[in-house]
Amino acid sequence: MTAALAAAFFRWDWIGSHLDDIQSRLTEHVVLTVVPVAIGFVLAFPLALAAVRWPRLYGPLLGVTGVLFTIPSLALFVLLLPFTGLSRATAVIGLTTYTLLILVRNTVEGINGVPRDVREAAEAMGYTRLRRLLRVELPLAVPVILAGVRIATVTTIGLVTITAVIGQGGLGQLFIDGFIRRFPTPLIVGLVLSIVLAVAADLSLLAAQRWWTPWSRAGN
Amino acid sequence: MAFFLEVLAWFPDHWSGTTGVARRVAQHVGYSSAASLLAVAIALPLGLAVGHTGKGGQLAINVANVGRAIPSFGIVILAFILAGINLVPVMVALVALAIPPIVTNTYVGIRSVDPEVRDAAEGMGMTGWQVLRRVELPVAMPLVMAGVRTATVQVVATATLAAFIGLGGLGRYIFDGLQVRDSVRVVAGALLVAALSLLTELLLAALQRTVVPRGLRDRAAAETTRAKTSAAAV
Repeated sequence: MTAALAAAFFRWDWIGSHLDDIQSRLTEHVVLTVVPVAIGFVLAFPLALAAVRWPRLYGPLLGVTGVLFTIPSLALFVLLLPFTGLSRATAVIGLTTYTLLILVRNTVEGINGVPRDVREAAEAMGYTRLRRLLRVELPLAVPVILAGVRIATVTTIGLVTITAVIGQGGLGQLFIDGFIRRFPTPLIVGLVLSIVLAVAADLSLLAAQRWWTPWSRAGN
Repeated sequence: MAFFLEVLAWFPDHWSGTTGVARRVAQHVGYSSAASLLAVAIALPLGLAVGHTGKGGQLAINVANVGRAIPSFGIVILAFILAGINLVPVMVALVALAIPPIVTNTYVGIRSVDPEVRDAAEGMGMTGWQVLRRVELPVAMPLVMAGVRTATVQVVATATLAAFIGLGGLGRYIFDGLQVRDSVRVVAGALLVAALSLLTELLLAALQRTVVPRGLRDRAAAETTRAKTSAAAV
């Protein structure tokens, strides 16, 4: 009885016959995570450096990226539709927007968290401002910056499940397939894969961080 | 440009009635506030207990981290397949979503109280309960409120998804509009959802200012950004 019930709820044979479909949704999900985090980093990094150089910029920068972060993803995707339509661009722009607050904050906090005496030692050794940034401050800030990349990546993996609503695939498409056919198997496959993807991304970025900065224990 | 004028013109025509903005806002606020209050009622005592005793803290943080990775869109649809158009499972999902940030922030807030302050309170003869209520909680308030704020804004965002499975709230304009390709309605709905989220954020920021002791207010602002950027949103 319970076995029959479980079989009705979850059908292993569905997985076997839909491997291609599952694989392409997973690939879409990974692409829709990696591209926005990469673009977000390219945008956030110079903004963060500017906020370190001119501290007055930091407050407004956190304010603007904070407002963008507060807008729910579904609403943001929809608000982009009149400009970019049901396209990959809509998904990527929206997802990139959410990474900015996390990446800017962690980069600035990472650099500002470098101990004052280290900074002063570099100055006393005659380092120019640029050289001090590149050779002293940035290397010491790597753990905190990478912690930001980790949080941004895991957050984006969760947000990508919504992009299926605007027709851009990803594992959220398996949720919608399950919804339309009132059939839990694809839904559960999608849920499990997105959780596994988030945990795997988190752990591998943590490993990268420890390998790259063996002197530090994990960032925050 | 003409499109946005159409969107503006949509609002006065759809203000009242059973599918009107006023009713949809009331539904959305109803779901969100019920879920947030329930989550506070569960998570705050839990976080205080774990923080005060120092037992089970790592477990609580690990559970919260795994919980962060669970996509609520999938959970809402799972609730629908199991229970049909039913508010209860959606509420359970919203409450579950809001608990982790409150528990972890409360726990971290209580643990980060200076041990000397705690010793001083005990030295003055305060009982454990008094230490918690009169020393640890006020000092931890910036973090506690940061957690509540993050959780509530997430709940407001996620409550939009209730409409996907046929319940009410502002998400109805988005999902119904997408279904019939009425882009004016979709964008109007998105504007309402965005406005409600920002308003929630502002109201909770005001609440945070009133409940956080004056000497700790700078910390409150910094902790809110920290809490936000360490929790997943929808």
